[in-house]
Amino acid sequence: MLGRDFLRNLVNRLFITACLLATVAAITALVFILWSLVVQGIGGIDLDVFTKDTPPPGSEGGLLNAMVGSLMMCAMAMAIAIIVGILAGTWLAEYGGHTRYGAVVRFLNDVLLSAPSILVGLFVYELLVRPFEGFSGYAGAVALAFLATPIVTRTTEDILNLQSHALREAGIALGTPKWLVTRKIIWRAAGAGLLTGGLLGFARISGETAPLLFTALNNQFFSADMTKPMASLPAVIFQFALSAYDDWRRLAWAGALIIAVVVLSINIIVRFIAREKKHA
Amino acid sequence: MNAFNSGDEGFTPSPRSSAGDTASLRPPVRGAWFDPIFEYLCLSAATLLLASLGGLVISLAIGGWPALSHFGWSFFTSTTWNPVTDVYGAAGAIAGTLITSFVALALALPVAIGIAVYLVEFCPRAIARPIAIAVELLAGIPSIVYGMWGLFIFAPLFAEYVQMPLMMNAAPGSLAEKLFAGIPNGANILSASIILSIMILPYMAAVLRELLMTVPPQVREAAYGLGCTPFEVVTSVIVPYIKRGMIGVVMLGLGRALGETMAVTFVIGNAHGFPDSIFASGATLASTIANEFTEATGDLHTSALIALGLVLFIITFTVLALARLLLSSQKY
Repeated sequence: MLGRDFLRNLVNRLFITACLLATVAAITALVFILWSLVVQGIGGIDLDVFTKDTPPPGSEGGLLNAMVGSLMMCAMAMAIAIIVGILAGTWLAEYGGHTRYGAVVRFLNDVLLSAPSILVGLFVYELLVRPFEGFSGYAGAVALAFLATPIVTRTTEDILNLQSHALREAGIALGTPKWLVTRKIIWRAAGAGLLTGGLLGFARISGETAPLLFTALNNQFFSADMTKPMASLPAVIFQFALSAYDDWRRLAWAGALIIAVVVLSINIIVRFIAREKKHA
Repeated sequence: MNAFNSGDEGFTPSPRSSAGDTASLRPPVRGAWFDPIFEYLCLSAATLLLASLGGLVISLAIGGWPALSHFGWSFFTSTTWNPVTDVYGAAGAIAGTLITSFVALALALPVAIGIAVYLVEFCPRAIARPIAIAVELLAGIPSIVYGMWGLFIFAPLFAEYVQMPLMMNAAPGSLAEKLFAGIPNGANILSASIILSIMILPYMAAVLRELLMTVPPQVREAAYGLGCTPFEVVTSVIVPYIKRGMIGVVMLGLGRALGETMAVTFVIGNAHGFPDSIFASGATLASTIANEFTEATGDLHTSALIALGLVLFIITFTVLALARLLLSSQKY
């Protein structure tokens, strides 16, 4: 009997140790990735990165055009995603979420959440690039919007479902039309949550490369014209990282560091908002 | 009946039902006219989501049709991918996609289970939350960053400390020699799988953690009350309780891995044809599209790449749909 209990305890100890090791391994991976990103990227970050355009190989330059392009496309994509996503999420939460059609929409939205982003790139290529015979910033923005909308929809529905029925009933009892109840009471009460959804969507698309490759393409020069091919930070990183030039690679690391810092800060801010909300 | 009706008349809250009594009608509420329009707008937004998925399938099918009809079934069985002679077969890329994804899943699943179990069952409360957040942050890092890290940091280390020793020690003519054959530059199917496993790990750990937290405390306490060790509680009570959900998590991780593009494109080495060893360079559906699409030489080449996209869509959609079905059947 003693032997069996000893074995049970041993197995148990080993199991707990293995679980601990798995956690330590994941944290180590995170630290290792971030550390090497900082080590490789920090040397490339100077004022030039933010003030000069992408250079031809062998000369001085920065990432200004790529950052401006990324910001413009992400901003436009988020404008589309927030409008469509919040309305769709509202429909799921307030109107038709319980119907069969609602269940289908919710299900396919969940599938879209993790659909491969490169397929969205191909789709938008067929939709906007081939018919209009040219890569454009608009096509890039639309591709990014396709990726962000499911995230906004999902968080909107979740947050609206958390709002109490008493709020809705109070509004209706005053004779307020439902859309005003939704807009002025429910959306306002869910404000922080809706912001979270938007931020998560932005964090997701700001690092996306695959959907931009065949939609916005890339641009060596500064361009704020969204009807023309447009540079973006991820696409420039992709091009520069795989090149054979040391100064291009240094810029790619600097760009990767910038994106990672932006995305990680947004994720941390989101958690902060969620926590504030819980305490309130 | 009549008497009841007339007696009730005085208490009817809405005078609208009694004809002719317009004086007591309340004026229409301001903005009420917009109510149906608003509902219609919301419905259209939801429908737009459906339409985008439908449009995705249709456009891939239309774009890929020329290649599919040109090559027929051989598109799926041939391993030749040659833009020069304009002959395209997807078998190599399909195999690359499936191999990298399943190896990544096999590597990530035990670790993800370990993390989730540790955080929910064993970890002191005070540090469980920060660790959970740190693990989830791994999920936020864009895939291009993983790709660069994989290519410049991980691949050289992998080549020096794993690939080279294995190749040196493999006896000539043995199975090991065949298995470890390849250019020792760290850009191969196995290192792509390892990078993929790091990428899908946080998603899987996060969803598993949520699943574990749904197990009612009574179930746990009952098992402990019988004298089970924590290991026995986890394996014989908790895991069976969340079994369906766990299969969902596996499918979710698989879905992510199948469609991952940039990180794999950096690390896999981009060689066409059927991979003959996991230390050989390969290609996946997504990496082939990313690499060649903008440089496609002709219409058939473009169409073949879109057809690869269609294949990828069918595989990932099936896997993700199964994942969602299994996860939603597990009551949160």
